[in-house]
Amino acid sequence: MYRYTEFDHAFLAERNRQFRAQVARRIDGSLTEEEFRPLRLMNGLYLQLHAYMLRVAIPYGTLSAAQLRKLADIAERWDKGYGHFTTRQNIQFNWPRLGDVPDMLDALAEVGLHAIQTSGNTIRNVTSDHFAGAAADEIEDPRPHAELIRQWSTDHPEFQFLPRKFKIAITGSPNDRVVTRAHDIGLRMVARGGVPGFEVIVGGGLGRTPMIGQVIRDFLPVADLLPYLEAIVATYNLLGRRDNKYKARIKITVHETGLERVRELVEARFAEIAPEFSRDATEATLARLRAMFTPPDLTPRQGGLFEAARAKDPVLRAFADTNLTPHRVPGHAIVTISLKAHGATPGDATAAQMRAVADLAERYGQGEIRVSHMQNLVLPHVALDDLPALHAGLRAQGLATANVGLASDIIACPGMDYCALATARSIPVAQQIAGLVGALDIEHELGPVQIKISGCINACGHHHVGDIGILGLDRAGVENYQITLGGSATEDARIGARMGPGFAYDQIVPAIERLLLAHLDLRLEPAERFAQTVQRLGLEPFKAALYETEAADAA
Amino acid sequence: MRTGFVITANALLEGDVVWLTGTGALTRHLAGAQVFEDRAQAEAALAQASTRGHELVGPYLAEIRLTGHGPEPAHFREGFRARGPSNYRHGKQAETGTDRHVSLY
Repeated sequence: MYRYTEFDHAFLAERNRQFRAQVARRIDGSLTEEEFRPLRLMNGLYLQLHAYMLRVAIPYGTLSAAQLRKLADIAERWDKGYGHFTTRQNIQFNWPRLGDVPDMLDALAEVGLHAIQTSGNTIRNVTSDHFAGAAADEIEDPRPHAELIRQWSTDHPEFQFLPRKFKIAITGSPNDRVVTRAHDIGLRMVARGGVPGFEVIVGGGLGRTPMIGQVIRDFLPVADLLPYLEAIVATYNLLGRRDNKYKARIKITVHETGLERVRELVEARFAEIAPEFSRDATEATLARLRAMFTPPDLTPRQGGLFEAARAKDPVLRAFADTNLTPHRVPGHAIVTISLKAHGATPGDATAAQMRAVADLAERYGQGEIRVSHMQNLVLPHVALDDLPALHAGLRAQGLATANVGLASDIIACPGMDYCALATARSIPVAQQIAGLVGALDIEHELGPVQIKISGCINACGHHHVGDIGILGLDRAGVENYQITLGGSATEDARIGARMGPGFAYDQIVPAIERLLLAHLDLRLEPAERFAQTVQRLGLEPFKAALYETEAADAA
Repeated sequence: MRTGFVITANALLEGDVVWLTGTGALTRHLAGAQVFEDRAQAEAALAQASTRGHELVGPYLAEIRLTGHGPEPAHFREGFRARGPSNYRHGKQAETGTDRHVSLY
């Protein structure tokens, strides 16, 4: 875990002191809303439909038990006893009062958390692989690099007023779990001659104009990371459009300018500023950061106790079949804790659940917790022999749902139930779909399928890259849901294809049911995933099922 | 169906949804809001409300339908603002009946 230096503590305390004074000046009338708004946004404070919302960064998705307990305390003391984990490794509190926010920020600072640059036209919270440092398929833990980027980007004087928000994701694994290709900059670690570096992807993004990022540099030495990122963001800062909010993201800049030209400009800027960055200093800082992210000392184990328990207990078996990911140390596993109990709000955790996870992480998981962009929690280092006890502990808190990667493990943005930008609800649609597959008991039969729901075109729910994407719109004053099919959020990222006319609120769940049942009919064999069936057969048979028409050439 | 406008905003301190009443006070419940059937009058009242930045954030006109039970939101977004979210019984829908129609200030 990163340990705050005196500089970090002082920086955060000063920033919080400034914001406390800004809030006081807003309340006493010295600041107008117009003046206050950019200040509150820089500190993660939104005004939503029913209340303020405070968005707190979970840098690269890593939390200590103490940090998670503090989030629980904040949820209880200043909110309504729960928090909402988002698709960008943040947690949102939906009901704070303006006057309480400075106290909430001070409480966060006690455990090294903050809400800086979780909003506004700045470089946002850098997201990373939630399995970092544990995954068997990883080249190197990307979190030291992510921390380096956080330090560089936080309060960066040149990048506080970008044309639009700017999101960076980083992974150390060839299997992309952070959707690098849907970020303004995606960093994918690759090895060349045994030396790790980064493939740099630029210009991805979802929203109104979804685009898959393109490779601007196929191999960037680690020591050049900061000047190269600075060159990209500086180039965008000058080129990016400020005349039209909808054309202001770097994806549009790259699209309108052309990747080749952008690359030339970035390389020129890089050549200019690289001498100002010391490669030795970057290497030294990274070495210092790597020492803070040393993996726990895990002894390889046999896992015999686990195997015996698994054979006896079908509930544990179902959990182990869906919620475990291979760990690099034999006899261990990465455990995903689903925040998608059937019928619950995706990504919500109560204060009691947060405390229970913190306790279990200390007892069975080396005290570490991760937050995934899939809106779940993760214990990255669990000995398989501890799994029966961990599973029992999770069950007691309603946290043992065995559905990771399945139809009810749905990403959903807050939608019209909270968000001032939304055009339709997302949460109840997710709740109903999960309820349906739970009632039919078909999701294990269906196999992995990613359903992603956004309540407006801004696509916080990543609907474009879901196997099944659902976009809620306002059509003449009525909620209407458009379906996309065949998207992918992994290393082969793809934007899904839009189906025909949308569905009314009371018709969208039956429509999704028809799609899921069509997969059961159409697949070649039980092991064929939804995405594979769509790839093999194309969209037509699914469209036919969706609109209940005869497919011309259905398989 | 008769339609009209109400003036609504978020309260500065709580962020809670409020509406303007006939006396210029604020209410937390749509039922207590002043309804303008005349657009020009509504615009004038909105201009007045826009000067109250020390207690209101983002005032605007919301369209309502006048029913036998009082004003009802014309658009579903205003319905959620008047009620609260649909996944939890939080916000206005969680409040007890007794404090309804009580003005804020």
